[in-house]
Amino acid sequence: MNFDFSDEAKELGEQARKLLAEKAGTGPARKAMAADAPAMDAALWKEIAELGWTAARVPEAHGGLGLTVEEVAQLAEAAGGSLAHLPLVSTLLATEALVLAGTEAQQAKWLPGIASGEIIACVAWSEPGAVSPATVKTVSSGSALTGVKQPVADLAVAHVAIVAAAGADGPQLYIIDLKDAQSAVVETVDLVRRHGKLTLSATPAEALGTAGDYQDWLDRAAVILAYEAIGTAGAAMAMTVDYAKTRVAFGQKIGRYQAVKHKCADMYIKLELARAHALHGLAMIGTNGAELRQVAAAARVASLDALAYCAEENVQLHGGIGFTWESDCQFYYRRNRALVAALGPRGWWADRLVRALEQRNSAAA
Amino acid sequence: MDFNDAPQEAEYRAVVRAWLNENATEYRDPPPEGMKLPEFIARSKAWQAKKHAAGYTGITWPKMFGGQGLTPMHSIIYGQEESRWHVPQGLYSIGLGMCIPTVFTHGNPEVVQRYVPKALLGEEVWCQLFSEPAAGSDLAGIRTKAVREGDEWVIDGQKVWTSFAHASDFGIVVCRTDPNMPKHKGLTMFIVNMKAPGVTVKGIKQMSGGSDFNEVFFDGVRVNDSHRLGAVGDGWKVALTTLMHERLAVGGKPRYAPGYETLMKLAKGVEAPDGSPAIGASDVRQKIAQTYINDQGIKLTQMRALSALSKGQVPGPEQSISKVVVAKTMQDLASFALDLSGGDGFVAGADADPELAKLQGSYIGSAGLRIAGGTDEILRNIIAERVLGLPGDMRPDKDTPFNQAVPA
Repeated sequence: MNFDFSDEAKELGEQARKLLAEKAGTGPARKAMAADAPAMDAALWKEIAELGWTAARVPEAHGGLGLTVEEVAQLAEAAGGSLAHLPLVSTLLATEALVLAGTEAQQAKWLPGIASGEIIACVAWSEPGAVSPATVKTVSSGSALTGVKQPVADLAVAHVAIVAAAGADGPQLYIIDLKDAQSAVVETVDLVRRHGKLTLSATPAEALGTAGDYQDWLDRAAVILAYEAIGTAGAAMAMTVDYAKTRVAFGQKIGRYQAVKHKCADMYIKLELARAHALHGLAMIGTNGAELRQVAAAARVASLDALAYCAEENVQLHGGIGFTWESDCQFYYRRNRALVAALGPRGWWADRLVRALEQRNSAAA
Repeated sequence: MDFNDAPQEAEYRAVVRAWLNENATEYRDPPPEGMKLPEFIARSKAWQAKKHAAGYTGITWPKMFGGQGLTPMHSIIYGQEESRWHVPQGLYSIGLGMCIPTVFTHGNPEVVQRYVPKALLGEEVWCQLFSEPAAGSDLAGIRTKAVREGDEWVIDGQKVWTSFAHASDFGIVVCRTDPNMPKHKGLTMFIVNMKAPGVTVKGIKQMSGGSDFNEVFFDGVRVNDSHRLGAVGDGWKVALTTLMHERLAVGGKPRYAPGYETLMKLAKGVEAPDGSPAIGASDVRQKIAQTYINDQGIKLTQMRALSALSKGQVPGPEQSISKVVVAKTMQDLASFALDLSGGDGFVAGADADPELAKLQGSYIGSAGLRIAGGTDEILRNIIAERVLGLPGDMRPDKDTPFNQAVPA
């Protein structure tokens, strides 16, 4: 039995956490929150690109390192834990789509630039009125798309967008060169990560794979985003635990009170359940396992549960100070909304999990 | 990543499987319902002797104590293979899993020689006498006392929740030997003969109607000092070694307990409030998803631990979440499914639907599971204190002599 990350992936994760602990975190996040702050930390982006993070998943033939999704997961967790002001997870999600479904020509066009860090990519499925990745209304005329996409994470700094739109067999992915599209800033609840509005009016687009590939990509994206959520939830838990060890009330450290420590234990429980399912997701992606649909949905739901609980109770256990603008609690609390918006709500994914279980049961019967 | 055995594990599994195929044939089917205790004991003893002769007992124990000197992974593989058969289970799990490792860790050589081989062979059955009416979660609060008289100790008091006490020949019992010391310091562990004069065993009837546990009364029971385990006053430390062995036992959803599949099946046959099949209702689907996430998440967490063991590493602390998740999930699922079934879920006995009767059993049983082997609250304390490093609860009696401690 070998149900664990490879040593190589763990090592990259270690390196990433170390660098981001130094160069990212809540301090830089607070600076990024200012209205006139840049939409990403460009110096840090350059540094991580030189370290090969954006090249991790890109095949060697296209200038990348040809690593596995385990390395991607480690990077996503490190980014989530440090609130890094980088379009890293967006680019990793887009890379996964290109690696999964791109033609040779599409990969040759985009992946070398992604590997070197010169090209930043984003993912645009969300639309006004769309509550899940299944219900997109942007229309395709074959080689052009028309519709509105928002909120799109990291749109302001991206060069290319992977866009979900209605296709002949259901929703599917397209590639848009953002030179051809009209972008605007959209304010969101998350004051650190920048989001945008992408207006498509017969904008040139290339189909990226099939409707089936879109569904497969959603599974992979769910697993990668589960790791970002696990990173953020873990950081919120660590913040709570640190505070409970130092804050005194009624003559005791508040961590002595079961009303406080049991919430910390529940944070840990939810986080470990999320880790178990997310790791299962990586195992299924790595082996092309048939159960990926249900496993990815479980990872998504469990990670959102962990993040919501850790972020919310982090504010609660800090008490009044946690509700101030100066407190760092708000970063995790707000980021929780961003990670829900990133791939659709818990309810839709829970239903997707049950549909996958039903299909497996009827196939077995 | 993979879920496969390493080569040497696969080899051991193949040998075990072949041996079971050859030797466990009489356990192919479940045993007849309502088997009486003497027959259960006889079947258990016969199977234990057979396993012993083939080298499948004491798998992880050192060879000097009659064990096989193999790894936890070997023991787990044997357990997985054996669980495919309906062999008698349970009679020895506490004795060999917890009591005897304590005996060979802390007992003197004569005592080890006298008791360990017979226990391993299954000739003698052991029980563990720790909990008391006033010492459950707060285990160090025990009041059963042992007073020294020459070479002997005289034990008086009461233990409770003792599994298989009625079938046991011996037990390990932790007693208060010095009430002038703070509560963790005045304890001492002994081996006690369960057939000795002054030992009385009474079954407890549980809320479920079953009787899986006992009360044990000690009235002037005499134990020779040679049967002391560890130093006088070290009983708490000795008890912790015993409980550490309990930790190795892998917990998960009990095999008999209904899971998400039960709810999926049930929800196809009953109606939601609007008259449509309940399986389409959002709350039902959310509950199916949550149950899958919890039960499957614990199974996967155990696989993480097995992977560490397989590589010769110590499993991480994440194992500590198992029981607290499993027991409450079982209760929530049973409660939800019975709600969904309306009055049918309430009708019991001969008139009950067998599937619903199982859910009723799970609803009642899970209330006990949330308490047994560490309550939900104690397990959350353990996670918060040992894993996350939060300070311990306030314990006003911790440093006070036991006989002077008064409730705050």
